[in-house]
Amino acid sequence: MAVLQLRGIAKHFGAIEALKGVDMTLRAGEVLGLMGDNGAGKSTLVKIIAGNFPPSAGEILIDGEPQLFHEPKDAREKGIEVVYQDLALCDNLTAAENVFLGRELWRQLGPLRILDYRRMYDRAAELFKELKSETRPRDLVKMMSGGQRQAIAIARTRLSEARFVLMDEPTAAISVRQVVEVLELIRRLRDSGIGVILISHRMPDVFAVSDRVMVLRRGTKVADKPVGETSPEEVTGLITGAIQAA
Amino acid sequence: MNRTTDPATSVRIEDVTGQQEQTFLQRLGQSQPLWVTVALLVIVLVMSWLQPQAFPTADNFFNITRNFAFIGIMALGMTCVILTGGIDLSVGSLMGFAGVLTGLVLQASAIPVVPPTGEAGLLAWVAILTVTGLTAALFRWWIGGTAAVIAGLTMFLAAFVTAGLALQPEGVVWLTLPPGSIWIVATLAGLAAGMLAGAVNGVFVAYVGLPPFVVTLGMLAAARSLAIILSQNKMIYDFGPDAEIFYWLGGGQILGIANPVWVLLLATLVFGFVFNFTAWGRYLYAIGGNENAARLTGVPVERTKFQAYVVSGFTAGIATVLSVSWAGSALNAMGQGYELRVIAATVIGGANLMGGEGGAYGAFIGAALIEVIRNSLLMAGVDANWQGTFVGAFIILAVLLQKVRGRARD
Repeated sequence: MAVLQLRGIAKHFGAIEALKGVDMTLRAGEVLGLMGDNGAGKSTLVKIIAGNFPPSAGEILIDGEPQLFHEPKDAREKGIEVVYQDLALCDNLTAAENVFLGRELWRQLGPLRILDYRRMYDRAAELFKELKSETRPRDLVKMMSGGQRQAIAIARTRLSEARFVLMDEPTAAISVRQVVEVLELIRRLRDSGIGVILISHRMPDVFAVSDRVMVLRRGTKVADKPVGETSPEEVTGLITGAIQAA
Repeated sequence: MNRTTDPATSVRIEDVTGQQEQTFLQRLGQSQPLWVTVALLVIVLVMSWLQPQAFPTADNFFNITRNFAFIGIMALGMTCVILTGGIDLSVGSLMGFAGVLTGLVLQASAIPVVPPTGEAGLLAWVAILTVTGLTAALFRWWIGGTAAVIAGLTMFLAAFVTAGLALQPEGVVWLTLPPGSIWIVATLAGLAAGMLAGAVNGVFVAYVGLPPFVVTLGMLAAARSLAIILSQNKMIYDFGPDAEIFYWLGGGQILGIANPVWVLLLATLVFGFVFNFTAWGRYLYAIGGNENAARLTGVPVERTKFQAYVVSGFTAGIATVLSVSWAGSALNAMGQGYELRVIAATVIGGANLMGGEGGAYGAFIGAALIEVIRNSLLMAGVDANWQGTFVGAFIILAVLLQKVRGRARD
């Protein structure tokens, strides 16, 4: 079973310490809810795991092997996929182009590699169908609703054999009905043996799908326990600092 | 999602409006190059009616097409840069620099090389290697391995060329070229000069992260000054033993169409293909659309931006060689003010200065429109100095049109 581990991950930007030595373990088929106030270091942690920038100290291990991610592609090759908070979409491109951005499908035409639009459109259509979304692959993202945008960002994680999926605030900007769908999707990811980190401000969402809750406050981990052993009240206290640690 | 009519979801409504906006005719109606083409045809028809003796003649069309070929070729390179949300103000000055260099190689029928011998040569090589090493080390420490290699190589070439310029004519060894190869080396020198200057722009914009406006404005000043130094403020017109074949490049014609126009047509097809059917082309659009998103999804943002400036320098190099060849002389004032005409052509053809929008046909048709307007004004007996006013008005009109279209879409 695949395991993603962080050991003593620290990150500082100049004088600002965003993370101060965080440990974390994520097993396959597990949903970890990651909570914390704005500026607690959640997004920084996600970006380190995703290979957007290296940690100042500490190490990332997959199945016990230390990893060095120089760029997002490296992390992706190890089966780590991310749904970013702002979804990382280009408004001026089509849905399918966004899904395949950075890993386009191409075919050989003589000495040239040309983009294989048909295969990208077909594959994107399949993925949207799997996600039960009505997003059309050929439409420009510019004209899409929050739910459709979300579907594109999630469809990206389904392109490859992902083992770990990090979701940064996936339910922040969408309607109630779509939240239910996203949570259902997270359960489906878990059931297919994928480890999921769900970063969210929304307590009900985290408690609905997570197996464990981890709380960050000012760059330090203050709690990491099964959902059954904690409560929304305790987690709120941990986030705000009313409860020091648990 | 199942087909229920749930009033709580706004998805449906936007879905429906989205669908309506995507019909083929409407998309065509929103295409700026199409409207520019229509405007161009209208002007041509009106002028043919007003000036039936002078305007619709083979000679005039030959001249118009050749004249806009130079701007059009550079507009294609500029489109790469503008797609990423950048701008290249240096292309006009690059023509001066690359043009003088091309002219000098033809005139001397030799290339100057700095030998690591003698006091000056030794000093020059120490300086070249020191600057290269320092640049590479700085970039390695600051940004990373790839950036170090690219910046180091760019700096080496730039330092080598600068040393050659500084030490000539006495301090360098002139490698005499056999006739028949001179025009090839001269052409390559012009292209390389454009690419090298583009690479310098690219390093500062893409890897160091300086604003494109500032970097290319600096290059605008530097390249023009180098052109003046290099030419010793003289016109270069003695093109040596390969003059005849070199004149043909930009001055000749095939099947009644000027060679620069053939180059423009070919380049438009190549760029159109690259923009639409290669990953690199899509990366330009992605970077211009949302640079951060492109980076997060693993698009090589820095490398792609760097390459865009090199391509812009390269197309400036092509236009330079054709232009020098056509004019039969190289002047350090060549291409003065061209950057604005090139940017105007690109923008009139539908490129968005904020990035992410534009295309090869747009650059082509934008360049054509500017030249046809210029030609029409001359034929209509309007003072040639009015041209700038018209081009300026068209730039503002084009951007206004984009804004209106943008609002209609939102």
